[in-house]
Amino acid sequence: MTGFLTLFGKEFLRFWKVSFQTIAAPVLTALLYLLIFGHVLDDHVQVHGVRYTSFLVPGLVMMQILQNAFANSSSSLIQAKITGSIVFVLLPPIPYSVFFAAYVLAALARGLLVGLGVLAATVWFADLRVVAPLWVLVFALFGGALFAALGMIAGIWSEKFDHLAGFQNFLIMPLTMLSGVFYSIYTLPAFWQDLSHYNPVFYMIDGFRYGFFGVSDVAPEVSLTVVFACFAAVSVLTLSLLKRGWKLRG
Amino acid sequence: MVSAVSIVDVVKHFGSLQALAGVSMEIGQGEFFGLLGPNGAGKTTLISSLAGLLRPDAGTLKVLGHDVIDDFRAARRLLGVVPQELVFDPFFSVRETLRIQSGYFGIRKNDDWIDEILANLDLTAKADVNMRRLSGGMKRRVLVAQALVHKPPVIVLDEPTAGVDVELRQGLWQFVRRLNAEGHTIILTTHYLEEAEALCNRIALMKQGRVVALDKTINLMAAYPGASLEEVFVRTLRQ
Repeated sequence: MTGFLTLFGKEFLRFWKVSFQTIAAPVLTALLYLLIFGHVLDDHVQVHGVRYTSFLVPGLVMMQILQNAFANSSSSLIQAKITGSIVFVLLPPIPYSVFFAAYVLAALARGLLVGLGVLAATVWFADLRVVAPLWVLVFALFGGALFAALGMIAGIWSEKFDHLAGFQNFLIMPLTMLSGVFYSIYTLPAFWQDLSHYNPVFYMIDGFRYGFFGVSDVAPEVSLTVVFACFAAVSVLTLSLLKRGWKLRG
Repeated sequence: MVSAVSIVDVVKHFGSLQALAGVSMEIGQGEFFGLLGPNGAGKTTLISSLAGLLRPDAGTLKVLGHDVIDDFRAARRLLGVVPQELVFDPFFSVRETLRIQSGYFGIRKNDDWIDEILANLDLTAKADVNMRRLSGGMKRRVLVAQALVHKPPVIVLDEPTAGVDVELRQGLWQFVRRLNAEGHTIILTTHYLEEAEALCNRIALMKQGRVVALDKTINLMAAYPGASLEEVFVRTLRQ
């Protein structure tokens, strides 16, 4: 347990010590999205009977939870690999399951802190209510944990910052931006609607938003099943990579 | 008595390069053992395999009877490794670094021993300084301290004095000698052969992934009367 607590604490402190960059900056980015899109569209657009600014806030919160959970675990691992300081966690007798749990939970903690920050900064601009807080919590936890585990895979696989940037810009960004953060998929043409159903992030955003308004594009039970299945699959893959020491132990 | 380190027929390839070509050796408990050889001889590959940082293609490595793969938790708990590369985590101070390293080995309250290590390595004044602000020699001392936080009975020093000033070298060897006298097994790789000659009671010479000589230091020296270890090293490798 001490090994887990130490590794979790180290990973937590790692982002906390530079919280201006790791927490405040993404909160500001989300606030800017809200001010720009809200200003332009709030008087013209309603989604599921909800004003656009209110509709947008949960999507922005969830998007930042996912992106920051991913950024934390992936950047920590690639940085440790490139500087060589990864040996400090590879030399001690830390089981791979503990390694996984500590990295995922620390990354999830950063995601949730950023999410709370975005909520606190944007709630003043929107008429928000939370009709089903448990759904909000469940989707935040499993979505964040899924992206934290995905960040571990990206960090383990990447051999230079370029690789990680590619993963982030060509996979994570499109998946999150095209997931319904800024719109309901039912405003899209049929082809893009169908395609959106193959994007797991759509279910995370949609389920999370259901917790706020009680309305969603897909039933929250279906969304949770998809999110949980993806989390389980990515976790199993990450654990198997750690067990084999793939790209960590030559 | 079980060997401190047991290495049997270890083979390791990196693509077409054979880094270790069936290396075997036994290192007894309490020995001060030198692992010498030119660059590319396979010393660091062998140490990395012992530490679990690399997985050998064949062969077995044990630390005090514990297999480094099948029983890795026990093996790693018994081993302290000072890596050759000057690596550090830039987010933490020296004391935080050592507390974190202690925690990885399951030790929660270790400040008494950390203070003792800091004092012995002349790091006490730097305890609360961020790692980024230390000189190269100071960072090297912290690497040594990190390897010792869990009081391992077997300590591997992979070129610990590379780029280190004379004063620190003397202080470091004094501390390591004390640890050896207290029963710790020391395995040293170094390019400073006068250090190996003065410190190691047994030496293995490696070349191209093979052990080409393995004997007590005095026996190796006796083979070439009047020669320094450096001359013995060069002549043995030429053969």
